[in-house]
Amino acid sequence: MKDTEGYVTADGRQIGGVLMEMKNITLKFGGVVAIKDISFDIREGEVRAIIGPNGAGKSSMLNIISGFYTPSEGEVWYKGAKRPPMKPFEVARQGVARTFQNIALFEGMTVLDNVMTGRLTHMNAGIASQALWWGKARDEEIANREKVEEVIDFLEIQSIRKTPVGRLPYGLKKRVELARALAAEPSILLLDEPMAGMNVEEKEDMSRFILDVNDEFGTTIALIEHDMGVVMDISDRVVVMDYGKKIGDGTPDEVRSNQDVIDAYLGVQH
Amino acid sequence: MADKIEGTEALRSVPALLRRNATAYANAPAYREKEYGIWQSWTWAQTADEVEALALGLLNLGVAEGDFVAIIGRNRPYLYWSIVAAQMVGAVPVPLYQDASAEEMEFVLGHCGARFVVVADQEQVDKVIEIQEGLHQFEHMIYLDPRGLRKYDHSHLHQFSHVQEQGRAARDEYSAELARRQAGKGYDDTCVMLYTSGTTGKPKGVVLSNRNIIETAKNSAEFDHLRADDEVLAYLPMAWVGDFIFSIGQAYWTGFCVNCPESPETMMTDLREIAPSYYFAPPRVFETQLTSIMIRMEDAGSIKKKLFHHFMGHARKVGPRILDGEPVGLLDRLHYKLGEALVFGPLKNTLGFSKVRVGYTAGEAIGPEIFDFYRSLGINLKQLYGQTEASVFITQQPDGQVRSDTVGVPSPGVEIRIAESGEVFYRSPGVFVEYYKNAESTADTKDAEGWVATGDAGFIEESTGHLRIIDRAKDVGAMADGAMFAPKYVENKLKFYPNILEAVVFGAGRDRCCAFINIDLTAVGNWAERNNIAYASYQELAGHSRVLDMIQAHIEEVNVSVAQDEMLSGCQVHRFLVLHKELDADDGELTRTRKVRRKIIGEKFGDLVEALYDGSGSIYTETEVTYEDGRKGKITATLEIRDAKVMPVAPKAMAAE
Repeated sequence: MKDTEGYVTADGRQIGGVLMEMKNITLKFGGVVAIKDISFDIREGEVRAIIGPNGAGKSSMLNIISGFYTPSEGEVWYKGAKRPPMKPFEVARQGVARTFQNIALFEGMTVLDNVMTGRLTHMNAGIASQALWWGKARDEEIANREKVEEVIDFLEIQSIRKTPVGRLPYGLKKRVELARALAAEPSILLLDEPMAGMNVEEKEDMSRFILDVNDEFGTTIALIEHDMGVVMDISDRVVVMDYGKKIGDGTPDEVRSNQDVIDAYLGVQH
Repeated sequence: MADKIEGTEALRSVPALLRRNATAYANAPAYREKEYGIWQSWTWAQTADEVEALALGLLNLGVAEGDFVAIIGRNRPYLYWSIVAAQMVGAVPVPLYQDASAEEMEFVLGHCGARFVVVADQEQVDKVIEIQEGLHQFEHMIYLDPRGLRKYDHSHLHQFSHVQEQGRAARDEYSAELARRQAGKGYDDTCVMLYTSGTTGKPKGVVLSNRNIIETAKNSAEFDHLRADDEVLAYLPMAWVGDFIFSIGQAYWTGFCVNCPESPETMMTDLREIAPSYYFAPPRVFETQLTSIMIRMEDAGSIKKKLFHHFMGHARKVGPRILDGEPVGLLDRLHYKLGEALVFGPLKNTLGFSKVRVGYTAGEAIGPEIFDFYRSLGINLKQLYGQTEASVFITQQPDGQVRSDTVGVPSPGVEIRIAESGEVFYRSPGVFVEYYKNAESTADTKDAEGWVATGDAGFIEESTGHLRIIDRAKDVGAMADGAMFAPKYVENKLKFYPNILEAVVFGAGRDRCCAFINIDLTAVGNWAERNNIAYASYQELAGHSRVLDMIQAHIEEVNVSVAQDEMLSGCQVHRFLVLHKELDADDGELTRTRKVRRKIIGEKFGDLVEALYDGSGSIYTETEVTYEDGRKGKITATLEIRDAKVMPVAPKAMAAE
């Protein structure tokens, strides 16, 4: 597969060229090697999953993509250019938004305000204008609110719009996090274990929303998930990691029949 | 004002009323819907434009005169426009219950042979696709919300806005045809077809003419002095005749604004924001609201609690009398005014009832305590009695003559007759044309002179002329000893307790009465929480011995009150059980309007009914349940059956003497 060419998924969606490419990434913490020489790409419009057993280095990989970690070796290419070491907020400005494994919302603020913070990267009115809520700040807020309301409508959280996040159940908080990430109108949406701790019904809802986001907005999605069933159902291509190494990469069917992957998940007899 | 216009232009169809409103109230709001957090609104002139564009689009799709156009979804302006647009092109709109299962939908769509279906979203599109094999006449489907539908085969699927666009583009081509079709509509042509929910058997398609709807809307609007600046919240199912009369009939006749909530979950918030001046709700909604107020007051601080109870006590004493315009002492009035400022005003504001000028409840009997509570707050809540076949109105309560135990005087233009059997008959301009494709049922219900059997037994109070309903005529039976058996009468008394959600009383042809009880999870759950009773499921709570104690106490109180009624003293409940599952429309136990289907419940839980009568102390049972997505499951339970104390009944001979 060439970088600029796309492919067609099993359910008939056209996937575009490479949006982000990880080239020979290695990440060390002192003497500990968390990630060892991993390369893969994320293509425009696809749902890309990173799976692996506990401690495989999945979250570290996500943190590299989001700019929280800088790789010890290797390069990150984004939109056809090599990405210099950056602060996370700079990466966010480039169109990479994420959700967190352990919900990171402002508990005392309402759902609406939380989702509005997702629009921060789209606000650039000056401090005076903001304080007086006059001119540019006001126009911006109206435009941003409109976008936020679209997301609220999309994720069906109208009824909790004015509810402080702290009063919401876990499943809904996860959805609010997704809303905040979506409000940033990202090119790539990173989801860190979006279904962790959910019951079957909540998982089904979340899967539906992830697929709908991909379908409606064409957002590229990279996600980490433990639940194999969910991953295999919703993703187009899967990277499998084990002990910091890549042991498989391909469509869910390819990955499922990969002997290394089976060994990593089911264990091998020594 | 309406009369004057009538003289100059014949207002003989809903589209004609729309044309009038587009001129007379051009810039007044006709519809509002909360979307994206803001109330979006459309004036009458804009509405006329939108409806016309859709009508042209329907012509473009090939809708013929006399076609049936089904409409499925929650209350949204677009769906109301679809109804009017269908009427414009000479088709017959058929609104359906959006929560109907695919099979129920298949029956209705097959029965009327709908060629076109307008639906709200993917969920409804999927349902129709699932059943389209069995629908031979079905051709095109129009949907509102495109979400998730991108990949569907669009050869017979159209987006609402595209249909309108195509209609606008083809205006020159079709406007003559549209004008021709509208001119051809007569007063006795079909306005709408509504399917009755059917407590027994398959739903029946009730055909209502323009005359039925417009005459009824006109009479009822005048009765309550409805005005063009009134506001209603449209949240009850569009397939229900009440919504059709309120949100289309009366709205188009008087030109008031119809507000649609953002989603079913936000209904309470939206109600508060809109503060309607004309409001309708079934008793269940009022009950739920009252229960939640009481629960919240239980949790409030002691000063608030004291204030609330003090002023509510006073309000119960004088509130209804002030509302009815009866003489009340100055001191009592001042006391009430103070309560208004401190308690009633803020409470009404929270509930969204600050501006209610006319409120109605109907469909079921409402508990006197519940009814009096709202009236004592100064909310003009009244009762009406009606049915689909009458275009709603049969009787209603005039301002100042409101009581919880009657359903009012005959509505304007309605004649009432009580047959010897006790069944109520009526005749009015609103009387339906026929049951579609069911001449037999039509003949059974409506006689040659236009009298319609309501199926309810009742009598007219001599002193006031108000109608009182006892029960469904079919359900009123006799017990083994010949005493009168009216299950609804007892069930309503039971349901007035917040802890009891539903009750089903058996006893026809038996020597005594027994009952099934459904607990109200909100009320009983809150009670359990306050009393440190742990429970893991509905079933466990329903079977808890202290819950049974509580229900038993309620039943015994009801028995005392039933025993006082000479005619019905035989209907005291001797034995009861609390059901392990909530009665549900998805399982066929209730109708979609949440009325109990007595016969089906009796058959389905036959083993439990037997156990009630054979004296056993407990019974093991298995019940099949249907989940929302149509899957079936099974729940098992061992239910305890209890005896309730009954009051001694005076022997018949003495009463007869």
